[in-house]
Amino acid sequence: MGAGTAGAAFDWKSPAMETRRARRYAADRRLQWYGIIAIALALGFLIFLIGTLTYSGYKAFVQTKAVVEIDLAGKEIDPSNLMAANWRGILRGELRNLVDDLPRSQEKSFFDIFTSSSHFIVRNTVIADPSRLGRKSAFEIPLSDPLDQLSKGEIDRETPADRRRVDDDQIRIFDDLKAQDRIIRPFNWELFTSYDSRFPELAGLRGALSGSFWALLVCFLISFPVGIAAAIYLEEFAPRNRTTDFIEININNLAAVPSVVFGLLGLAVFLGWFGLPRSAPLVGGMVLSLMTLPTIIIVTRAALKSVPSSIREAALGVGASKHEAIFHHNLPLAMPTILTGTIIGLAQALGETAPLLLIGMNAFISADPGGVMQPSTALPTQIYIWADSPERGFVARTSAAILVLLGFLLVMNAAAILLRQRFEKRW
Amino acid sequence: MSGIMLIALLAAAIGVGIVGGIRARAQRALRDGTKQHSRPLYHALNVAIWTGIPSFVFVLLWLVGENRVLDTMVLASYPGADSMSYAERSLVASEIRQGVAGNFFREPTEAILSAIERFKNLRAIASAAMLVIAASLAAIGAGLGLRAITPRFRARHSVERSVTIFMLFSSLVAILTTTGIIVSLVYESWQFFSKVPMTEFLFGLRWEPQIPLRDDQVAGHGAFGMIPVLFGTFAVSALAMAVAVPVGILSAIYLTEYSDHRFRAVVKPLLEILAGIPTIVYGFFAVLTVAPAVRTLGLSLGIPSAPNSALAAGAVMGVMLIPFISSLSDDAFAAVPRSIRDGSFALGATKGETIRKVLLPAALPGIVGGVLLALSRAIGETMIVVMAAGLIATMTVNPFQSVTTVTVQIVTLLIGDTEFDNPKTLAAFALGLVLFVITLGLNLIALRTVRKYREKY
Repeated sequence: MGAGTAGAAFDWKSPAMETRRARRYAADRRLQWYGIIAIALALGFLIFLIGTLTYSGYKAFVQTKAVVEIDLAGKEIDPSNLMAANWRGILRGELRNLVDDLPRSQEKSFFDIFTSSSHFIVRNTVIADPSRLGRKSAFEIPLSDPLDQLSKGEIDRETPADRRRVDDDQIRIFDDLKAQDRIIRPFNWELFTSYDSRFPELAGLRGALSGSFWALLVCFLISFPVGIAAAIYLEEFAPRNRTTDFIEININNLAAVPSVVFGLLGLAVFLGWFGLPRSAPLVGGMVLSLMTLPTIIIVTRAALKSVPSSIREAALGVGASKHEAIFHHNLPLAMPTILTGTIIGLAQALGETAPLLLIGMNAFISADPGGVMQPSTALPTQIYIWADSPERGFVARTSAAILVLLGFLLVMNAAAILLRQRFEKRW
Repeated sequence: MSGIMLIALLAAAIGVGIVGGIRARAQRALRDGTKQHSRPLYHALNVAIWTGIPSFVFVLLWLVGENRVLDTMVLASYPGADSMSYAERSLVASEIRQGVAGNFFREPTEAILSAIERFKNLRAIASAAMLVIAASLAAIGAGLGLRAITPRFRARHSVERSVTIFMLFSSLVAILTTTGIIVSLVYESWQFFSKVPMTEFLFGLRWEPQIPLRDDQVAGHGAFGMIPVLFGTFAVSALAMAVAVPVGILSAIYLTEYSDHRFRAVVKPLLEILAGIPTIVYGFFAVLTVAPAVRTLGLSLGIPSAPNSALAAGAVMGVMLIPFISSLSDDAFAAVPRSIRDGSFALGATKGETIRKVLLPAALPGIVGGVLLALSRAIGETMIVVMAAGLIATMTVNPFQSVTTVTVQIVTLLIGDTEFDNPKTLAAFALGLVLFVITLGLNLIALRTVRKYREKY
């Protein structure tokens, strides 16, 4: 290297320099490859996650049912009091006709093929359509979870009978019914229209969807006006002093407080001190609004800041008051950005689970909650409940519920992006 | 349903206020024929504010206090209530409340039935009283508001003052929330420390939060030492950071320094999706796929492995944090001035050398701040560990074993019906306080690091 420092011609092409350069370039390429590998890992995980959930969840969007003709003519049913009839007995009698000479020993496994509340399903169908009373008509009866799994190919027929949850008789009868074209697999609308149940084949998301809707509504009604008002005050009116600094530190810090702590706050303050009802969407929405508030305040302040001051000055110049300038001009111009941020904040709130668990929004709801004060679940807490259930069928239901949740998030975020692209002004 | 009725009533009152305000103002304008200070709308809004806000605030305060007052009133006449402990009182109160809602968990006694009857009577009286008072407040407010309408009345100033006050209160909500968090956590923790000594909680090495159901039970008192729980929290967080930090920083390096704009425009939003997926989804995924795989791996290596391992929870949590670290490092790299980069290139450094020797050191404070923020998230993260980590507090360095975390314990201690008088419930609040203090400290340090660094250029 002495030649270089002496100012004489330095041999950049010497073999030593070539290898050195090659090494340096290789190190550069290596770093690049590490980056590509890191990105590939992250994206690969994302694809794997969505893929696994889709693979394990798509089967819950169809439900195996048996089409059974039931002759209700001449049965002991009082048309004026449909609830009182012996539906269980009637149904069992009709089901027995499906197979020839069923031995008594096989009766239990035969009836276990159908969901255990099938007589309620028949009853409710008849109540909805009383004209079925005097004639023979077809009913669609969901099969119980093990048979549903069998029909979807989740249960391997080769496993020894004592290690699978369907016995040989059930498989034989199932194949028999299939040969008669009685087994159908329609789209599982019940996933959205029925309430939670202990039986996976009957469990649906309706209670969770309505609970989430009410909680998000409360969250929006509180956090949107309060968040915008707070942001306007801090951005446009507040004097710059210690107090406003303190408020700002508070807001930034609240955005980073763990969600479970908000749950503790809700439990101690809203339930413990205010005595609000446990499990109510009202309390859930209030807790979620406290979590969404920082997001909305930060977004609104940024949006207000981006409106050029010339607009306000023009308004003030023609005689508007400060309030008028802000509420008539700045705020409407900032609104698209604010709405975008609000939707994203609400999407986060929709997926929030821990605080809702702490205030008890994991109630078992098998009837319409219908309101903000009744015990209720929400979509993420329903996922948590189902994930904890031991029945095999709930794995698919959980994945399906997650897909529904992700679907809602996708729609909300897409709406936010669309809003931003269509209406946001760049100054 | 009374809530909806109330809202409708208030809306109606405000509507009447607006219409009445406009009319009254128009009439007086005709009569006086003088120049007005404010536009009609402001007069109307002023009347509406006078009509609606006082009764709205009143109803809110009333509803907040109603159940408490009713409980006290009913319990006061409950036989033998004076000699009951706090726990018994709250038990009776909740039984009465459940009974009012029509739920009976056991055959109600005579005293409970009469208390329920009394509760219902009192509640009927209370809601009638509330309606009457709210309505009269609205009427008085409307009267005052309408009387104030004169040509010289500065209605706009009045309305704007009300709006400003509303905005001021809104901005105080953040402080109220923080205060609420601190007060409730400290208060409940203080109750906890009156039952369990603070030194045992802070330095105890056993965490077995059981409480005796009977006084003579052998299992006796549980142990409330938080060290193993804290240990598990940091173990899982460390594993998460081990995944998130290298992947996050390397992907940020590639995206900011190597990739072209088109690649970046596609990949960056895709990475952000990882941050938008709810944590419960990660938790379920960890249980469904990652935990069994990790267990199989551990067993095939001959390491004792639990079905719920710290590694599974930590790894999945790490993936969740990748976009977080990636975008914060991204910002840190972007904040390094162009000139420093150019200087390095001018000396003949390759891109890789510039990144490693110049950019990384210059961006380090920002990256460290981001990592600290991510660590605080990892410590406070709940659903992934609730589903994928364990429940039993063990101090083990084997990542294939299950550990428990602060958040897991909070959730498991508080799921189901909770009463505020046993150490189990209160322990959750003490853990919550610890969690709050740790995350707050990390956030403050992180923000300070980032801010200090930003001032440099």
